Amino acid sequence: MSDVLRGPEPDPPKGASVVVIGAGVTGLSAAWWLARSGVDVLVLDKGVVGWEASGRNGGGATHYQSPLFHEEQRLWPLMDELLGYSTEYRRERLIMATTPEHLAQYHQMAERQRDLGYPVDILDAQQVRGLVPLAGDNALGGIHVYYGGHANPQRTVQAYAWALQDLGGRILQHTPASRLVVQGGQVVAVETPRGAFGLDSLVIAAGPQTGQLLEPLGVRLPLAPARAEMIVTEPAPLMPIGGVDGNGLYGRQTLRGNLAYGGGPHEWMEVGPDGPAARPSTPLLRNLARRVAELLPRAAHLRVIRSWAGVIENTPDGRPVIERLASPANVTVATMSGVGFGLSPATGHAIRDLVLDGACSFADLSKLSLKRFEGLPQDWRERKGWRAAV
Amino acid sequence: MEPVRDAYALDGKIPAPEARYDIAVVGAGPAGVAAAIEAAQGGARTLLVDENPVSAGLMASDVPLFFGQRMSGAVQSGERMLEQVLAAEPALEAAFELGVEVQLGTCAWGAFVNGPGLRVLPDRLLGLADEQRAWTVGFDRLIVAAGARDLALSFAGWDQPGVMGANALHALLKRYNAFAGRRIVILGSGRLALETALTALAAGLQLAALVEVRDQVQGPADLAAQVRAAGVDILTGHIVQRAEGGVDGVERVWIAPTASPRDLGRAIACDTLCLAIGLVPAVELLDLLGARLTARTELGGFAPALDGAALPGRRDVFVAGDAAGLGLTEAAARESGRAAARAALGQAAAPPANPGVGDAYAYQADWMAALIAAGDPQVLVCQCEEVSRQALVAVRQPAYLGPPSAAMTARDATTLAADGPINPDQVKRLTRAGMGVCQGRRCREQAALILALQTGQPVQTLPLASYRAPVRPLPLKVLAAWDEAAAMGRGWDVWFGIPTQWTPYADIGTEREALGGTMHL
Repeated sequence: MSDVLRGPEPDPPKGASVVVIGAGVTGLSAAWWLARSGVDVLVLDKGVVGWEASGRNGGGATHYQSPLFHEEQRLWPLMDELLGYSTEYRRERLIMATTPEHLAQYHQMAERQRDLGYPVDILDAQQVRGLVPLAGDNALGGIHVYYGGHANPQRTVQAYAWALQDLGGRILQHTPASRLVVQGGQVVAVETPRGAFGLDSLVIAAGPQTGQLLEPLGVRLPLAPARAEMIVTEPAPLMPIGGVDGNGLYGRQTLRGNLAYGGGPHEWMEVGPDGPAARPSTPLLRNLARRVAELLPRAAHLRVIRSWAGVIENTPDGRPVIERLASPANVTVATMSGVGFGLSPATGHAIRDLVLDGACSFADLSKLSLKRFEGLPQDWRERKGWRAAV
Repeated sequence: MEPVRDAYALDGKIPAPEARYDIAVVGAGPAGVAAAIEAAQGGARTLLVDENPVSAGLMASDVPLFFGQRMSGAVQSGERMLEQVLAAEPALEAAFELGVEVQLGTCAWGAFVNGPGLRVLPDRLLGLADEQRAWTVGFDRLIVAAGARDLALSFAGWDQPGVMGANALHALLKRYNAFAGRRIVILGSGRLALETALTALAAGLQLAALVEVRDQVQGPADLAAQVRAAGVDILTGHIVQRAEGGVDGVERVWIAPTASPRDLGRAIACDTLCLAIGLVPAVELLDLLGARLTARTELGGFAPALDGAALPGRRDVFVAGDAAGLGLTEAAARESGRAAARAALGQAAAPPANPGVGDAYAYQADWMAALIAAGDPQVLVCQCEEVSRQALVAVRQPAYLGPPSAAMTARDATTLAADGPINPDQVKRLTRAGMGVCQGRRCREQAALILALQTGQPVQTLPLASYRAPVRPLPLKVLAAWDEAAAMGRGWDVWFGIPTQWTPYADIGTEREALGGTMHL
């Protein structure tokens, strides 16, 4: 952490038709979709765009369990062109097994995805080794998913931000939302250290802080933040498919060739209104290194050059909330509970629909409503063991 | 009632360390060895680790110092280098005799202490590794005496053998006795450059010249006089245009007057071009520990805020020597090591102060601006990821993504700066400058300087690009926890282990949901 001196700041504009709190992928995608519909939109963020989970994840784009899955698959191949900036999106994933249990599990996943109408091949060991040059003799088989894929989180989040600005949308970094001003049953402004920003509609996609912003409005969004970690190696020769998972890891080979992988235990924590106080990585990176070396034995000599951690907020069932609230009636809330990056093109579309039309045009989101948490005990985190170690 | 545990949380899965010490010292330079001796004399069970001898492979990647491929073949022999390193620091023998556990050829790749967002560590941990394996040790007190590394600024031809840094030259001469060069040109004329010059002369090397961008010699007059007395020119008011060479690297450097940097220059024959413009305190481990690092004008870099020798507000981490940004003489470095050890022992300690004068940032900026004026925008800033100066200020996407879109071409550091103070980590993510194997050692500082010059923001207001573990590149198989705890394997899920998260949407609320897991509390 370093001290910096802040220079003088320009006079900020005073509001927008839609204000979005949170310049992660969810908030930025929503803003971009709104701007595409000609809406005047302003995004506020406590820091730099995509600084939290949006810039720290594995880049995966294969969320078959989501109602937004079909839209996610439709949109990703179009995103570079729609945004006008590179996301490094590449289609396809290959999930390979080094244990019989994992192999059985991946075969089950294949079944579910075929049920949804998506092509998946079952691969034997030899086929896996043919498609994954860094795999070794311990590869038992796997599945080849002909859709889904991966993208570069950091490049993508900046692409959303720039694309939004190209459409006349505005982003104010280093402008945390401290309070929502309610009048006549509607949120009318967001207060920040740089003044209050008036609005007609509000979108809150502020990660772990989302719940805290809603609480004074009497809206309960139960969230538990946790830290997860990843490692990245120096570049390896490019494999035919970059989106290779397995052995308890998620991640990919980037277009540069680096192997970027995460997985394993998380740590429950507390996050205040200013966001995470710290995001340290831990000796868990050694266990990640082991699993990457097991998954891709021909990469075992590659040097790990970096690790990092990110904070993810989970709802009690781990499923997102994407909802236009009943009260205040001009507020749309989105927390993606760990699947934000991959679904972001679709989530943004859904939020746009909720803000402008009151309902999502392409998917049923009713099961992602906050209503499912009515009656949730106050001590739900203790009951699940989702608390920081004492 | 027994509290409910999340089987997939990290609690209880980070194993206890292999060994533990009262005081662990990182770095066996003058400050570190003195600290270890003082600690042992104070009755502490003491560990002293030093990464030297560093493997030849790591040196070839310019880690941890800017060696510029000027190591001789001697560095291939680990045994011989170990003997050299021992011989170069006689105080190590005293440390051994006092019962200090000395581990050479052992790098500290991480330091971990419970704090915000991290409560699961069983101990304060130092991550260590040699060429075969990695492990952790526990400590009550940590003294970071990790020294400083070379400040690298680029010019045409800097990405060939023979361009190196002053601390690397010092290491190859004094610690390794494995310097392959013969005729040196030194860039800079401050104390660092003059002392480097005198060290090279004492080693019997030819010193062709010193080149100084400013009109006056920057360092102490007496040292300058000694250099000149040896027949070496200090060419003030001059800048490097390019380094030229052949198959073995640098053969000559072209310089021109700072005032007219594009004029036809003149060539000085040399096989080594040694950057001695500044040093960067090795604060990586401190950043990992969440230490507050402040931009120090007299240093031209970030150094830890300290309360005496300790990180403020805590009694477990201490800093000594160049890592504290003190720029001390060797004798004063030893004194700072002793003071850090006394503080770690809980005794009163007054580390030597060195308030420092001058504006090293301004000096670095003068060099950077002159190098830019003399050079070509295609000069690489980041060798690992092949990012040119032009690409950096254009915030250009990497070449492997193909040509940028029209929209992308309209974006650059200036437009990015309109959104807020320019952030080196953000530029890094987009250009990849700093994301390579050398972990930003050759480009972190100059990238910040270039961005500052480009956007008109004072360089000391740019945030420090983050450091992360492992702070040395380590092979997967070396870093790997091959002997991981059973609890880790049992409690490992690819994500959070929340079954309901994966229920296909259509199944939610139907009897099929039970197949994947139910929503229960």
